[in-house]
Amino acid sequence: MTTPSDNLTRRRLLMALPLAGAGVAGVAFWKMLDGMQHGSFNPHDINAPVLDRPVPDFTLAPLPPAEGFTTQDLQQLTKPVLVNFFASWCIPCLAEMPTLMTLKDKLTMWGIAYKDKPDNAASFLHHSGNPFTRLGDDHTGRAGIEWGISGVPETFLVGPGGIIRWHTAAPLTDETINKFLLPLVQRLQTP
Amino acid sequence: MTIRRKLAALVAGLLLMATPVLVLAVDDPSEMLPNPQQEARAQAIGAQLRCLVCQNESIEDSSAGLARDLRRVVREHVAKGENNQQVMDWMVSRYGNFIRLKPAFSLGTLLLWAMPVLALLMGIGTAFLFYRRRAAAPPPPPLTEDEKARLARLTKD
Repeated sequence: MTTPSDNLTRRRLLMALPLAGAGVAGVAFWKMLDGMQHGSFNPHDINAPVLDRPVPDFTLAPLPPAEGFTTQDLQQLTKPVLVNFFASWCIPCLAEMPTLMTLKDKLTMWGIAYKDKPDNAASFLHHSGNPFTRLGDDHTGRAGIEWGISGVPETFLVGPGGIIRWHTAAPLTDETINKFLLPLVQRLQTP
Repeated sequence: MTIRRKLAALVAGLLLMATPVLVLAVDDPSEMLPNPQQEARAQAIGAQLRCLVCQNESIEDSSAGLARDLRRVVREHVAKGENNQQVMDWMVSRYGNFIRLKPAFSLGTLLLWAMPVLALLMGIGTAFLFYRRRAAAPPPPPLTEDEKARLARLTKD
């Protein structure tokens, strides 16, 4: 048998329900914003279904004097190569460059200038240093679409045989490189 | 003002009101396919594809560079005579299911699609329980003498 005071408690609980719901949503939203500031949540890091897939068919214009590369070049790899999409107009790419420069002795890197003027890309690499041993020019952005990128910088680790082993849509950091990328490269090099 | 001028003003006004509907993000009419049927189909496909830069807009609505490039790709595929499913599959194979504004029906999205029906059933169930309990509740006990006196006082005027 419910007494009137029981009823009152139940009503108060029911009234608190929407408030509790709003509270939960608020905390979730707060965490999301907080994660965006600390880099643990990136809404642009789209989980493209590229892992363990062969590299796509793409064509790049050359970016002299560097040697260009093709789908076949990646398919014939025997060692892992890091493929990095960058652009001279992209501030995060500029910020990422020092990190890539420290990595260049440990890992082969090939660069793709995304929607960039060849002159601008060349002067960008002149100023920031050039970590890439081969370079291609994706002036129209079409190769980027074939790879499934949604912006720059995006980075792919291509393993032997031209299989994509890792992908990120965020600028590389020393932490990701040391904790994740280099151990993975090590594993791929010792089959 | 003559009737003719009023009419002209009316027509101009209506046209102005209609423009926001006519203008999609297509920045440049040369983007559009010459065949109106194919163009309509390309727009219908594009309306279902998420712009990955401004994530809550379709590529037809967005004026981001990537959206423009994807619109062009959709039109290329449509002009080649591919059906809607083929174009969609091409996009999903590169960008994943995230590019669909309308998620595909699969085991992973079953709960999502079934949610409206489930919510409705839950509502009906709650309402049913609520009314049954109220109907089954015993009538309130008769008023005490004190309460009767108070009621009489309150309803006197």
